Amino acid sequence: MNASATDNARQPSIPYTTEITSQRAELSEIDQSIRSASLFFTVSAVIWLLLGTVFALIAAIKMHNPEFLAGFEAATFGRVRSAHLNAVALGWSNNVIYGLCLWIMARLCRSPIRHGGLLIIAGVFWNLGVSLGIFGILRGDLTSVEWLEVPVYATPLLAISYILIGVWGIIAFRFRRGDHVYVSQWYFLAGLFWFPWIYVVAVLMILWAPAQGVVQSVVNWWFGHNALGLWYTPMALGAAYYLIPKVLGRPIYSYYLSVLGFWSLALFYNWAGIHHIIGGPVPVWLVSAGIVASVMMVVPVVVVGINHHLSIVGLHKEGWRSPTIRFVVFGAINYTLVSLIGSAMSLRDVNLITHFTHFTVGHAHHGVYAFFTMIMFGGIYYMMPRMLHREWPSAKLIQIHFWASGIGILIMVIALQVGGWYQGLAMNNAEIPFLEIVQNTLPWLKARSVSGVLITIGHFAFAINFFWMLFAAGAVRAKSGPTLLVSTSGKEAAG
Amino acid sequence: MKNIALLFCGILFTIAFSYTGVILASQLQFGSLLQTTAELDEDGKQMEGDPLFPRRESGIALQGKQVYIELGCIYCHSQQIRREGFGADIDRGWGLRATVARDYIMQDRVLLGTMRTGPDLAHVGGRFAGDGGREWHHQHLYNPQLTSKGSIMPPYPFLYEVREIEGEPSPEAVKIPADSPYSPKTGYEVIPTRRAVALVEYLLSLKVDYSLPEAPILDQ
Repeated sequence: MNASATDNARQPSIPYTTEITSQRAELSEIDQSIRSASLFFTVSAVIWLLLGTVFALIAAIKMHNPEFLAGFEAATFGRVRSAHLNAVALGWSNNVIYGLCLWIMARLCRSPIRHGGLLIIAGVFWNLGVSLGIFGILRGDLTSVEWLEVPVYATPLLAISYILIGVWGIIAFRFRRGDHVYVSQWYFLAGLFWFPWIYVVAVLMILWAPAQGVVQSVVNWWFGHNALGLWYTPMALGAAYYLIPKVLGRPIYSYYLSVLGFWSLALFYNWAGIHHIIGGPVPVWLVSAGIVASVMMVVPVVVVGINHHLSIVGLHKEGWRSPTIRFVVFGAINYTLVSLIGSAMSLRDVNLITHFTHFTVGHAHHGVYAFFTMIMFGGIYYMMPRMLHREWPSAKLIQIHFWASGIGILIMVIALQVGGWYQGLAMNNAEIPFLEIVQNTLPWLKARSVSGVLITIGHFAFAINFFWMLFAAGAVRAKSGPTLLVSTSGKEAAG
Repeated sequence: MKNIALLFCGILFTIAFSYTGVILASQLQFGSLLQTTAELDEDGKQMEGDPLFPRRESGIALQGKQVYIELGCIYCHSQQIRREGFGADIDRGWGLRATVARDYIMQDRVLLGTMRTGPDLAHVGGRFAGDGGREWHHQHLYNPQLTSKGSIMPPYPFLYEVREIEGEPSPEAVKIPADSPYSPKTGYEVIPTRRAVALVEYLLSLKVDYSLPEAPILDQ
């Protein structure tokens, strides 16, 4: 506490909660400037989340029940899982980043968004691009390039509308006030530059003017892994760095750990993607470089983990009451876990077992869902009341959302990783017939479908609460004080 | 942080660093390989008159590859064989040797894949060859249970047409045992569509049965 008290004196008053009226008025003005655009993106994100969840459930069931919907070409496994991936990656994740992170960026820059209407138009084009992409995938125009399934004809629309959206964050940064730049702003600024770079290089070298042979695969995994590492991860970490001090009302534990965490992530994550082709037909030096970078990722992960943990420690009770902190802490803990598991998976001896199995699928969901998506949920729980000036209608629905999503994703990760581990061990033993291995994965795949049902329940609880709040009924309008998750102390806090 | 120039340069440097090290270096090292003969002479030159590898893909196989891409087969089937001693790819009979970068240079889209819900297909044309292989693939695609009981591969009924037999049964028809639960009604037969024919030709064409100077097939 002493350390944070001295930090307190050194750091600017933003971003944590202020009682000063002029500052609150300024924030309110900024919120107003980006309100329509943020709501547009967030509503789009929630709709894509629901659609993506339905695709996911179909794909999961088909995995252990191949006759399910087998007659419909559009619903064949290869297409429906690609529709799922792109709906949740480009539809949910990107939209929620635009909605939440641009808002946080504007607040931290103390710079109202000018011409918010243009931002909405760019957003409409982005969502048209995603819709066209998903439609194309289901129709059979998918590229079969992992993480880049969207048909070639939809890619220019996505690239251009992305740049038109991303530039708003950079403009806000350009017109920022105050000379201190907060850690969230570093992550956002970096992500906003990195994503278009990796995306344009990838579509260029794989789809528009294909490079020769396995250079494509190298580009593919440089992009595929960096989409997580240089786009979703910095955006979620930036959001967490903003939300934790805001809700708990005290600064991040250490500025220096933030600096170390940021730069080590920027340096190492970049190179890590090649671990997806360990053992593949590419030069060994390239794979080794990827493994070194993957192991070095331990540095930013541990540093950020310590920093987040020490920012929350001692305030667990307050955190548990706040929907935002509950989701964000769940995400932050899983960031540490998934990253350490990821570093281990890049070691050749471990990769030999986990590669080509459901273990990797579990790992991907661990990262994108248990870490990224849970933090974004936390962010939405924080943002919406400030945007709409009304509270979340139902604490019970938030509880259902948290527990169904949280338990659901844990079941999924455990099922796929335990099942995947056995699958990998068996595949490396040529004595075991392949079909026997397939049969042995079935119970784990069924457990994944069960987890999918839980997550679906969570998402619908979230969506009901979300749209209920958006189109508020009278009772919600009149409600005062924040919606907290522990009813007894919730009444005290309402005062 | 107050030094914005440093922040900005760092953001650009880190991405430029990995772009140079991973992408440009790959492009320079193995981005313009050429076909070559199975062995080289003493001077490291190609053997005059020997065939060049890897082979160019045939027209119908390329059409079939398009079907493979459209259906997303890559999400359960890889096309890469790892070296002896690293995994059991070769012990399982999935290939005769490890694949190397040069094996993929004739492909406009490389489908290495990262998942083996089903077996690797880099050398599937060597495992199921000729008319027997063709028949196996059609049965397997129409309904995997016909050839591989307990498989979780989806059936692809939309690649086949079930039609009434008019006069003589068609020689193209997929051979399905009459007592199988997946056989069509009596008087009906299962005919592959053009897409099924192309897809099977593509699968038959997937063969790494040639040596390269850097990756010879060693006699067992």
